[in-house]
Amino acid sequence: MGLLSAILTGFGAACVAPALCRIRPTGGSRILALLPVALMFYFSGLIDDVAAGGPVHVRYDWIPSLGIHLSLHADALALLFCMLISLIGACVFLYASGYLAGDRDIGRFYFWIMIFMAAMLGVVLSANLITLFVFWELTSISSYMLIGYYHEQASARAAALQALLVTGAGGLALMAGFILLGTAGGSFEIADLLGQGNAIRDHPLYIPILILVLLGAFTKSAQFPFHFWLPNAMAGPAPVSAYLHSATMVKAGIYLMARLAPILGQTAIWEITLTVVGAGTMVWSAILAARQTDMKRVLAYSTITILGALTLLIGAGTALSVKAAVILLLAHSLYKGALFMVAGIVDHETGERDVTRLGGLYRVLPVTACAAAVAAFSNAGMPPMLGFIAKEYFYKAKLDLGDFAVVLTGAALAANVMLVVVALLVGFAPFYGQARETPKPAHEAPWPMLVGPVLLAGLGLLFGTIPTDLDTVLIQPAVRTITGDPSITITLGLWHDLIRNPTAALALSAATIVLGVVVYRSVGRIRTVRLPAAVGLERVYEGAVAGMLAVAQWQTRILQNGYLRSYVLTILTVTIGLVGWRLLGVRIDVPFASLQGVQFYQAAVCVLIAAGALFAVWAPTRLSAIASLGVVGLGMTMVFFLNGAPDLALTQIFVETLTVILFVLAFYRLPQLHVYSSLPVRARDAAVATAAGCMMTSLVLLARHGRFQNPISSYFAEHSYTLARGRNVVNVILVDFRGLDTFGEIIVLSVAALGVLAMIKLRIGQRARRAAAWERQ
Amino acid sequence: VNSLILNTTTRLLVALMLVFSVFLLMRGHNEPGGGFVGGLVVAAAFSLYGFAFGVTATRRALRAEPQSLIVAGLLVAVGSGLVPIVFTGAPFLTGLWDDTTIPVIGKLGTPLVFDVGVYLVVTGATLNIIFTLAEKEE
Repeated sequence: MGLLSAILTGFGAACVAPALCRIRPTGGSRILALLPVALMFYFSGLIDDVAAGGPVHVRYDWIPSLGIHLSLHADALALLFCMLISLIGACVFLYASGYLAGDRDIGRFYFWIMIFMAAMLGVVLSANLITLFVFWELTSISSYMLIGYYHEQASARAAALQALLVTGAGGLALMAGFILLGTAGGSFEIADLLGQGNAIRDHPLYIPILILVLLGAFTKSAQFPFHFWLPNAMAGPAPVSAYLHSATMVKAGIYLMARLAPILGQTAIWEITLTVVGAGTMVWSAILAARQTDMKRVLAYSTITILGALTLLIGAGTALSVKAAVILLLAHSLYKGALFMVAGIVDHETGERDVTRLGGLYRVLPVTACAAAVAAFSNAGMPPMLGFIAKEYFYKAKLDLGDFAVVLTGAALAANVMLVVVALLVGFAPFYGQARETPKPAHEAPWPMLVGPVLLAGLGLLFGTIPTDLDTVLIQPAVRTITGDPSITITLGLWHDLIRNPTAALALSAATIVLGVVVYRSVGRIRTVRLPAAVGLERVYEGAVAGMLAVAQWQTRILQNGYLRSYVLTILTVTIGLVGWRLLGVRIDVPFASLQGVQFYQAAVCVLIAAGALFAVWAPTRLSAIASLGVVGLGMTMVFFLNGAPDLALTQIFVETLTVILFVLAFYRLPQLHVYSSLPVRARDAAVATAAGCMMTSLVLLARHGRFQNPISSYFAEHSYTLARGRNVVNVILVDFRGLDTFGEIIVLSVAALGVLAMIKLRIGQRARRAAAWERQ
Repeated sequence: VNSLILNTTTRLLVALMLVFSVFLLMRGHNEPGGGFVGGLVVAAAFSLYGFAFGVTATRRALRAEPQSLIVAGLLVAVGSGLVPIVFTGAPFLTGLWDDTTIPVIGKLGTPLVFDVGVYLVVTGATLNIIFTLAEKEE
């Protein structure tokens, strides 16, 4: 119960957030920051339970017939993420109360970011693939709303849409992959699948599963070639970038790979794919990161670098690389969250975030500068930071990889050198050197904005220097969960490794820093070097979107052309074609014998209907056409009455009456009826109409035979009173047996009514505007 | 149009039709009738009123925006569907019944409430279209 309430409180708080922010714009948003704090305490309380008695698991049946359950599962890996989500969430919520202070739409921001937090907790806590997928999509949607927070800007809207389409496309692939995985493994429960690893890897569907699942993970975690959406997502406010696009959401793909590694991993194709994609992403984005000048874009590209590194490490799958991955993930979330908030402060306080136009800010932003320096140290992998330990493990893991050690270590070195450059660009360049003129006179940020960066940067320092039980409590169990090997131990010790065990990794670390400083000095030249253009899928994305719009426009012009006559023509032709094709060769008996029992009044009604229909076609004026259609309708009513369907008859009378009223209202002002159509067109229409009539007649004749095996009408008739307590079978069907259909129909009716309203009222508005424009001229 | 005969009969007829529509709605479960046709009768009644007195007066006589009727109807229908979920855990739109029999209506149950929702939506949607078109005329 506890796990579900933890997620639900997030959704619940999201619903009250807008109201709270309206009543108390600043105080309200700070109260909201208490929720992640409470969640953090709750999850830290679970750590002991998980360590002592195994994972905490709850399950509610959802669609049991399909094996889909709402099942939640807190193990070490999930808890590591939960702690990060709630800790950084608390910092970000507090930060945003200052960053967005006075913003009209702050309630909307808190609504979506709390939805995101709850959904992200749901992703990492889900123990059922389908549940996981639902939460996964919810993070994409909340990300869309948050990137597009400044929705007046076209660029923000475009970036939001791009992120949604890329991750959404990956999400579709992921769903297909999950369904195949569930089929191959016989269950959607991750716990069941964990035992099926070997069977799944030998399954013929293994390759499709792997491709689809990895597509989902790669798009979400911005792996090459899908990385382009992440830098564009920086159009969102800084708290969003700090929370979703560096610390948590983009790690969902990493989480998924780590979670599924025991099921899908340990095969050559898994290792090669993840290694190649991860290494490529890492190196390429590292180079691009150093070429940026916008602080947030620098950070975005360097986030992709880390995501690539994490993919690479999970792909290798050795105990050492998984250790490195977990430490790097933790270190990165802390320092990158802090750096994004620092970038937000600089932007917020100076109105500028181009590093080439900033300098000397430490005098006006002393606290921010300190936090930036500490976080940047961790980013650069300098001792005594957690980032240093992470980098050490990273190098060790690479050196340990046998055949590929040289190549991968080289790639890692290149990426890490660039990370040093990034750290210098973002953490130092804006704060030291000559002070520059900024668009806004800078002064230190208010305290709510400083708590987050100081706390996160400080934690990176704390975990690096002082031996805490972080390693045994969080990291070691998480590593054991990913590898499935319960014997792995890990001790984080900075000085331990540094002094007693001088290794190649240490030498590489030193080289990294020296090279980093050297490269930084010539960073201006890196920016001007020309790189091969059109790398990545962004062009493909743009082309695909443009193509889709073109196809949509084309088919709308053809199919939705606004002429009722062509809609009717299309619908009739298609129906005649499909039904006629099915009816080909079916023998239809016309029961002439039973015609002898036809009474005079029945024949008279039929003649009346036919005459009305024919007259409607040749009617000289609209009014007479409407009247003759009314004759047809009332004739139908009589047929219903004569054949014992008073319900239908009653409804038909009123439908006919109202239809005539509507026609009169609609046609009243139309010009005189003229014959616009040429003879061939009229002949075509006559042919289609005749064919439609023939088709309906054949269908009625066929239905008469009772060829269907179990007519459902007898069931309804029998059970109408016993089950639904009504003697009027028609109405019982409408409101009870087929109630859901009726429900859908009244919704359609409502939408149609609103559509008519919008269409006519908008037209009138347009005309008024046009008239006003005319007068101005 | 300002015809004394039309105006007088309209006043009488509209009242009768409204009562008749409620009658149709209530007896629908056992005898011919129901929410759909009931809603159409209301719409017909107000159209008649519109012919006699004009759209503005009719809107005033209706006392509620047709759009509000649509919304109310949808909410009533959803509500009748949610009742079984909340009270018995049965699926959406399961019929729940009270066993006391009332003349004309028969037994009371959630399908009847659902039918009231249909009645309101049909009334609102039809009148919405008619009013919009008629206002365009004026």
